[in-house]
Amino acid sequence: MLLIHCPYCEEDRPELEFRHAGEAHIARPENMAELSDEEFERFFFIRSNPKGIVYERWRHIHGCARFFNAARDTVSDRFLATYKTGEPKPDLGKGK
Amino acid sequence: MADTIARASALEGRFLNADGLTLVRAEPAARLSLRAPKTAIKSLSKALGLDLPERPKTSSAKDGRAALWLGPDEWLVIDENQADLAGACASVAEFHSAVDVSHRNTAVLVSGARVETVLNAGCPQDLSLDAFPVCACSRTVFGKAEVILWRTGADAFRVECWRSFSDYVFMLLEQATRDR
Ligand SMILES: [Zn+2]
Repeated sequence: MLLIHCPYCEEDRPELEFRHAGEAHIARPENMAELSDEEFERFFFIRSNPKGIVYERWRHIHGCARFFNAARDTVSDRFLATYKTGEPKPDLGKGK
Repeated sequence: MADTIARASALEGRFLNADGLTLVRAEPAARLSLRAPKTAIKSLSKALGLDLPERPKTSSAKDGRAALWLGPDEWLVIDENQADLAGACASVAEFHSAVDVSHRNTAVLVSGARVETVLNAGCPQDLSLDAFPVCACSRTVFGKAEVILWRTGADAFRVECWRSFSDYVFMLLEQATRDR
């Protein structure tokens, strides 16, 4: 079983306690009512979905229940880092 | 003829003692789902008469009352003497949320030398004494049900679950006990 490090529980916990919650670092527009349909579509539906390193929201739903962010490699399914909501993207270093 | 309603609590009469393991329904208790930011912890601790733990996976207990850390701003408070916990928090002026969940939850007391093995039949966490010492607590899963584990002794756990899941949880514990 995959172990995921929860930054709030401060330990590795089994994947069954977690739920994926979509791409991270997407800021909700402050002028929502003024968006055109195309702009709203871009914000609401369009995701980058790259092959390789992705930044995602995860929720420790059956643990502390907190949302946090994770950098994950979609090729190896390896979690490179997890960090608290509101913190900047971590420096993953070169060669990773 | 007047209808009479007899109240039956969840897991009424359920009990198992087999292969050195005991499953018994916990006595009814008062329970509080407490959510509060850091600024309210001190006042709430004072009102409840015990320190709300601030470290992950820790609990504090005093005179039949316990506070279990569930998240950075969330606790489950259990009072075996069925005290009015929400009432105790009512005098706290700082912003918080205290919801009485006494009848939402029920608990199974699991004890015996094989307790870790039996719980691991449905719970994927490391329950060894190093990783999950006495007094540690955690929300986690047991099979398909969400539970809160609280280690009350080296070979004893309290398994809190929602009452609608309690039949499933007890049945799975029974099965795990007999499965060896
Ligand atoms: Zn957590």
